Amino acid sequence: MINSGDTAWVLVSSALVLLMTPGLAFFYGGMVRRKNALSVLMQCFIIMCVLSIHWVLFGYSLSFAPERGFWGGFSWFGLNGVGLEPYADYAATIPHQAFMIFQAMFAIITPALIIGAFAERMKFSAFLIFTVLWATFVYDPLCHWVWGIGGFLRNIGALDFAGGTVVHINAGIAALVTALVIGRRKNLDSNIPAPHNLPFVVLGAALLWFGWFGFNAGSALGANGLAVNAFVVTNAAAAAAGLSWALLEWLCNGKPTIFGTASGAVAGLVAITPAAGFVSVIPAIIIGLLVSIFCFIAVAVIKPRLGYDDSLDAFGVHCVGGIWGALATGLFASKAVNPAGADGLFFGNPKQFLIQLAAVAITIAYTSLATLAIYKLVDLLFGIRVSEKEELIGLDLTQHHERAYTVLE
Amino acid sequence: MKLVIAIIQPYKLEEVKEELYRAEINLITVSEVLGHGRQKGVTEVYRGAKETGNLLRKIRLEIAVNDDFLEPTIKAIVKGAKTGETGDGKIFVLDLKECVRIRTEERGGIAIG
Repeated sequence: MINSGDTAWVLVSSALVLLMTPGLAFFYGGMVRRKNALSVLMQCFIIMCVLSIHWVLFGYSLSFAPERGFWGGFSWFGLNGVGLEPYADYAATIPHQAFMIFQAMFAIITPALIIGAFAERMKFSAFLIFTVLWATFVYDPLCHWVWGIGGFLRNIGALDFAGGTVVHINAGIAALVTALVIGRRKNLDSNIPAPHNLPFVVLGAALLWFGWFGFNAGSALGANGLAVNAFVVTNAAAAAAGLSWALLEWLCNGKPTIFGTASGAVAGLVAITPAAGFVSVIPAIIIGLLVSIFCFIAVAVIKPRLGYDDSLDAFGVHCVGGIWGALATGLFASKAVNPAGADGLFFGNPKQFLIQLAAVAITIAYTSLATLAIYKLVDLLFGIRVSEKEELIGLDLTQHHERAYTVLE
Repeated sequence: MKLVIAIIQPYKLEEVKEELYRAEINLITVSEVLGHGRQKGVTEVYRGAKETGNLLRKIRLEIAVNDDFLEPTIKAIVKGAKTGETGDGKIFVLDLKECVRIRTEERGGIAIG
């Protein structure tokens, strides 16, 4: 039975999640140097174009079609059989295509998150090929394992409400791998590049926060109490994490920054994502307060020590925050919040924590190997990194023949 | 005392700065300017409308030096900025009449370095 309230909420949520990708574009775009601002916006925007088509042609089928195995197979190619009636195994009260288009927005933003790792130095053509291969061979299978019928992580009982594993750990670990293999940007040691437009970063973070209500509360797939719970804990975790990052900077660096506060809020949103439908508000605040500490250590202490150049901290925020969120779900989940979920360690079920740990480990293992293979293949065939001169001139002029800002009219 | 004004390619700024520091010339002023030389710029296209030539973005360096630092300064700039292609830029050397350090009101050569 189609429920009009549920359908309306899922459609609105889909639009909210779509807006996160341009939000991310501004979040990342503000962090790069002026000469690369458009390249980041372009990479995010073209992903909306390319993966929207990819998804309706075969991405959705590979991720969600009912075949059991590595992925879902091609039986729903071109949305064949994906109609306007509900498909009860995924969502019993909304048209099947509403579920499909909601999921499309997740498939779009996930590869966009990785951009933060290789920003300012990847060739645009190679980036396109890398992204399509990654969506096909990393995102779609993993999505199938966690959310698809017959997916083995779903079958062992791993909880991932809105994509902590599928989206954030997945993209975050891919980010670390690409940052390691593509290498550091030129002249990093003599001149640490300052973000060229911090107001853009804040605008982007605000759009992400706004869109995340669709991401998490929409994942209830209905206009119901569970959606409200997800909405409330999402807001609480983002707020706690933004606050906690600001306090941390105040303590460690003497002054709180807007860059840190905005980053903290995003880390909080990442961490609450897998837990949003399974935890109540006090655990959400704890998840938020702690995630900023972990991410702060990752980006401000570990990254400089190890020397890899994850330009915009896609790994430090999304992978670290995502892992904490997935594990925290195993700690704080409660059947009182969601009877369809499970109890976590703190509610007398230590096994759930181990299941969460296994899901995280499998994701990290598969994604890092598959990402490395795809990277090496694209690099071998086309060359992934721009030339040194192109990097120094900037990607806007060399990859797109345009620039973001004029000097004089 | 001389005033050295150099117009260079923006993407060469890092290298020029490094060469200058290596020659122990640390006091420089940098600004972003537009200029018209012989070189054609990187093509820009806006909704199909092509734009080349015209005024190109350059970096302008201003360095005040005592006479014995003039040659090292010029050498450092050339070393950092030269590619051998059109558009590498120019260096102008001017006589400098006076220099005043505002904090101490010192004048002349001592105020430069």
